[in-house]
Amino acid sequence: MQILANPNLFMRIARAVLPWIWAATILTLGAGLYLALFSSPADYQQGETVRIMYVHVPAAWMALFVYVLMAVASAVALIFRHPLADAAAKTAAPLGAAFCFLSLATGSIWGKPMWGTWWVWDARLTSMFVLMLLYLGYIAVWRAFEDPHRAAGLARVVALVGVINIPVVKFSVDWWNTLHQPASVVKMSGPAIDPSMLWPLLLMAVGYTLFFTALHLMAIGNEITSRKIRTARLKAIGAH
Amino acid sequence: MTAFTTLVRRDLSLMFRQGGGLGAALSFMLAFIVMIPLAIGPDQATLARLAPGLMWLALLLAVLLTTERMFQQDHEDGSLDLLNGASLPLELVCLAKAAAHWLAVGLPLAVIAAPLGILLNLATDRIIPVMLAMIAGSLALSLMASIAGAVTAGLRRGGLVVPLLVLPLYVPVLIFGIAASTGDLGPSGNLPALLVLLAIALVALVIQPWAAAAALRAYFR
Repeated sequence: MQILANPNLFMRIARAVLPWIWAATILTLGAGLYLALFSSPADYQQGETVRIMYVHVPAAWMALFVYVLMAVASAVALIFRHPLADAAAKTAAPLGAAFCFLSLATGSIWGKPMWGTWWVWDARLTSMFVLMLLYLGYIAVWRAFEDPHRAAGLARVVALVGVINIPVVKFSVDWWNTLHQPASVVKMSGPAIDPSMLWPLLLMAVGYTLFFTALHLMAIGNEITSRKIRTARLKAIGAH
Repeated sequence: MTAFTTLVRRDLSLMFRQGGGLGAALSFMLAFIVMIPLAIGPDQATLARLAPGLMWLALLLAVLLTTERMFQQDHEDGSLDLLNGASLPLELVCLAKAAAHWLAVGLPLAVIAAPLGILLNLATDRIIPVMLAMIAGSLALSLMASIAGAVTAGLRRGGLVVPLLVLPLYVPVLIFGIAASTGDLGPSGNLPALLVLLAIALVALVIQPWAAAAALRAYFR
């Protein structure tokens, strides 16, 4: 981890691995989408709408995963003063917010035919909505301050305090027995979902993760470049 | 400890004498209550059903209103810098500010809100459960508000960011606050939710000094 602290080295490694990650993303997402949309069976109760699951569930996982990543990066920035950790946390937030929005939107589209309503204030939906607000608040803190060092210090606190919501989202369906179904893939007794559906789902999850990794690496690269531009500009006007 | 109590006393007298704290929150709460029957109609049965939830909303929003000012004034006039250099650790300074906020705003609002609920036809046997729930909940609210207040201490337009920061933290308090307000008194009624509220307050008590101080330190670098 410490070896990646050098931004130039990080950029070189990122540039070298990015084409491979993109290729893997296209392969897994392509194969996953084919399996999910064409070759996997329709559900005996839900019919074809079950295919929304392959887009919806990985998006929700990613929304949680990205927040945890953001919080870990913030902790690393706070404890080790790792120079890239703040950039990693900052650039992860809009991506996580996008995944969160995607899971809310696809959930809504899935909910209309299955539950008969676009939106219910059920525990899982509400806590996911709160996660969306957390992402927006975090992004707002970054944008509210002109001094990036000050913004970084405050954004770390916000990300770490907000991490309390993550277990609430994960266990909301177990604590409150409401409309959203309880966990069926990640649980102690093993997945309660048929392999013909589980495999496309896992493939999609891997594809989403690769997609996020590619975008995140590019975003960190952009962040490093814009930092350099800022420093160069400050130097040019003699403020540094 | 003397430094801690001195700071709490200073903040209390500042908040009471300047009027901005409890007075503003209370007048906001009154305005909120007066407008509710105008917005949803004066039907007594509807109001009675909605009263606990509406009073909780009034409490949350009134506390939200005072959040921005918690550290802002001290940051502007420089006393925060002095407090940072004082013998008391910054963590305890933050805890003292939150304690003063609870004593000056959170607790009075929690005690007043339930009787005010009578205006919304809150059933009289609900008043004590609502008040107990609000006293426990306001402790958590003050602690959480002080984190957001510390983050936005030096922000000119903190009002834009504060709601986004605070509302995710308020959600669990609201959920269990309502549960504690609607159940009957006793171990099988409101007690579990009341204990969860206190647990949330304890968690906030552990996190708040550290988080608020870390936020303030970002202003001192």
